[in-house]
Amino acid sequence: MLRYLLARAGSALVVLLAKAFVIFALIGLMPGDPVDLLMTANPDARPEDVIRLRAIYGVDQPILQRFGDWLLAAAHGDFGYSRSLHRPVLEIVIPALGNTLLLTGTAFLISTLLAIALGTTAAVHRGSLLDRGINLFAYAGISIPSFWLGLVLIYIFAVRLGWLPASGMPGQGAAPGWAYLVMPLATLVIVEVGGLARYARSAILDVLEQDYVRTAHAKGLSGMRVVLRHVLRNGLVPIVTIVALGIGHLFSGALLVEVIFAWRGMGRLTLEAIMGNDYNLALVCLLFTTMMIILGSMLADVAYAWLDPRIAVGGRRDR
Amino acid sequence: MSAAPPATTVWNLRFRRLRADRAAMLGGIVLILLCLLAMGAGVYESLAHVSGVDTDLFNRFAPPSADHWLGTDDAGRDTLGRLLRASRVSLAVGLLGAVGASLVGTLIGATAGYVRGWVDVVLMSFTDFVNGLPWLPMLIILAALDLTKLGFSADFVRAGGVNFWRIVAIFTVLGWPGIARLARAGTLALAEREFVQAARAQGATPFRILRVHILPNAMSAVIVATTLAMGRIILAESGLSFLGVGIQPPQTSWGGMLNNALDLIGTAPMLAIYPGLMILITVVATNFLGDGLQAAFDPRRDRR
Repeated sequence: MLRYLLARAGSALVVLLAKAFVIFALIGLMPGDPVDLLMTANPDARPEDVIRLRAIYGVDQPILQRFGDWLLAAAHGDFGYSRSLHRPVLEIVIPALGNTLLLTGTAFLISTLLAIALGTTAAVHRGSLLDRGINLFAYAGISIPSFWLGLVLIYIFAVRLGWLPASGMPGQGAAPGWAYLVMPLATLVIVEVGGLARYARSAILDVLEQDYVRTAHAKGLSGMRVVLRHVLRNGLVPIVTIVALGIGHLFSGALLVEVIFAWRGMGRLTLEAIMGNDYNLALVCLLFTTMMIILGSMLADVAYAWLDPRIAVGGRRDR
Repeated sequence: MSAAPPATTVWNLRFRRLRADRAAMLGGIVLILLCLLAMGAGVYESLAHVSGVDTDLFNRFAPPSADHWLGTDDAGRDTLGRLLRASRVSLAVGLLGAVGASLVGTLIGATAGYVRGWVDVVLMSFTDFVNGLPWLPMLIILAALDLTKLGFSADFVRAGGVNFWRIVAIFTVLGWPGIARLARAGTLALAEREFVQAARAQGATPFRILRVHILPNAMSAVIVATTLAMGRIILAESGLSFLGVGIQPPQTSWGGMLNNALDLIGTAPMLAIYPGLMILITVVATNFLGDGLQAAFDPRRDRR
């Protein structure tokens, strides 16, 4: 198992490096480079100054050289300064990361548990009105734009009813801290739970058709016990995999919800960095997001190998 | 018509199953209606003598009336006319983006599955690579790229239709990996079948085998994925335009209208409700249709 983990981590590192390079190159193609931005602020600059500045900032170097330099500095913990906020990038990113993890981590837990409960209920009562209701709710969740759902919630609960603060972070206003978390959390959960519940339903249905479930029923176990002891334990394996694969998606998809609710998280920071041509900041934000996706898929593999003893550890499986 | 004996090909069976699926048919009909409505934007505006583009500052925030069926917005533009114009853009981006992604995906997936060997390894590693990039931030970066740095002239970048095609291209560039995987899996499975081996034994070229024998049979999974991708792209485009990096004025999409409505949520909430409802209805319809196609095209049901 340890060897499998190490090999998996090794290949993940290679993928991360390759992705870092692509992101680095793309960010270099955003409008204006650091020197252009300095020049627009300083109309007295002469062409010689531009050339000298380009050498100082290293933007006259070929891209591989620049990427190598950046990587070397990053390896020493130096991710550069944010151009717009005038602080070391990591100092800005770490609190934002915490805020996003608080929001998406809680949403992840709630939506996973809710999806398993809804999916199992729908599968057990297959074809009933309850099943159809859950299915409709799931469809709506998949199809609704998260930011629009957020807007509607703000209109109802903040503008009309005045129960919750429209947006912001705990500690910013008069409302208690948890109140700021309610609407972003509800939005993320409603959008996330639909797809997961549908997946859980079909995974549980597969298990319900197995012989050992029929045997358990025939032994005279109560329906509830069969579901809890036999069905869920086996049905959870594919669900855990899909849930882990979704971590990165949830993390990066929270961007729109963070913007709507003025939540000071990674997504909002990423958007501001890209829009403000803040190269260093945008780069690190995107790297963290990419890392979350890689971590999620690693977690999915490991959980799969751990939960299903039939998977040979270290062996490749084809999906 | 009744005289002709029904030829029961696989596709006949499949379409019969699709017609029996009420949710899928509803989704399909709603999508067709939406497309017709979007195409009729100009007709509506000229018949009702309103405009979704021209501003009328003496007639801002007008309530729904006989003249303006859904009222007017903060610049006095007819909300329904604007909504229909936006539908045209949103639906076109979704459709073209999905078709572009499935063309690229099919090409790459079928090549990987048919040629195999190192070509397969390289192409599929690339697919996984693109698939593992964070979707929404990558969309934003690609939408914000400075095209002049890629060698396009500044005049070209500023030209009218370029922004629209750029958004379509972005969804093509990021949307193909899922389709490529499906096309590869279909090609791999089919390449082993007897009729493909027979064609190969008769000396058919790889290109002909792919075109005549494999792609038509692998297509059903791709059609399903394209339909579902269209819904996802419409959702993502609305997000991009809402953030202000998607479709740019003077053109607008549903997301663009929501961007405009954000600051007016307290005074004119309906301006935010209409475009959001359009997105919701459209994406539910594509999902209904996609799931229905998936069930109807399931090869395990063809034998019955």
